[in-house]
Amino acid sequence: MPPEGEAIAEQVFTALADPTRRAILGALAAGGPATATDLAAGLPITRQAIAKHLALLAGAGLVTAEPGERRRVRYRLRSAPMQVAQQFLAALARDWDSPLGALKDHLDRSARGPATTPIHETRGHDG
Amino acid sequence: MAFPDRIERTVELAHPPAEVWAALTTAEGLAGWFGNQAAIDLRPGGAAQMTWNAEGFTAQMRIERVEEPAVFAFTWPIYGLPEDDPRRTYVEFTLEPAGTGTRLTVTESGFAQLPEDLYRKAYDGNTDGWAKELGELAAYLDAA
Repeated sequence: MPPEGEAIAEQVFTALADPTRRAILGALAAGGPATATDLAAGLPITRQAIAKHLALLAGAGLVTAEPGERRRVRYRLRSAPMQVAQQFLAALARDWDSPLGALKDHLDRSARGPATTPIHETRGHDG
Repeated sequence: MAFPDRIERTVELAHPPAEVWAALTTAEGLAGWFGNQAAIDLRPGGAAQMTWNAEGFTAQMRIERVEEPAVFAFTWPIYGLPEDDPRRTYVEFTLEPAGTGTRLTVTESGFAQLPEDLYRKAYDGNTDGWAKELGELAAYLDAA
């Protein structure tokens, strides 16, 4: 990942570290583009506080401002930075230890069990 | 400290490479430890499919290397990314004889790849997105 990718991910994680910004991003993801006034109606914070957070999010490229009805600025979520951040999470979420442990068990069982029994039918699986 | 592009694990298995190879490269073997169901067309460029019932998840894999009984590799989608995302990670198993058993190493790489278009999409907003959008808004208001 180039340093820029890391910078992008950092901005996403910084944005998500704040509960108000999480709520704003969540509302935009769930309901689509909205004005600061729309967002204030659905969240327990003032329109002014929301506007400040939206300016920060727009500066970081996480939302984009666009003209809406009656000349009100609407904010739209930008998914590209989120997809960059997701790659970091994918590396952290990848678990090889459990499958490799299961492989060990599988080989031990196969060595012990009768060769005529299909292994995949005799084995219960998690969940 | 950067997040990893590459994950690597080595395990010692008390079974010869031929047995480990079968567990890695046959549908029966894969379904016995990795997923719940598996299908595999074992040749470079061949397709494989693995399903995890509990998660309701199926991974489409593409076989990349088949060098029995030493190297087996495939690519698969990055977990958590949208289904149509072109990014994939590369998973390589290497098997080395170790006494009567096998030293198995798995490496998965490509987590940190960032195609040019996504890089551009993600980054342009950081530098000039806000100014550009405000400019467009001003132009829109002027025209109204």
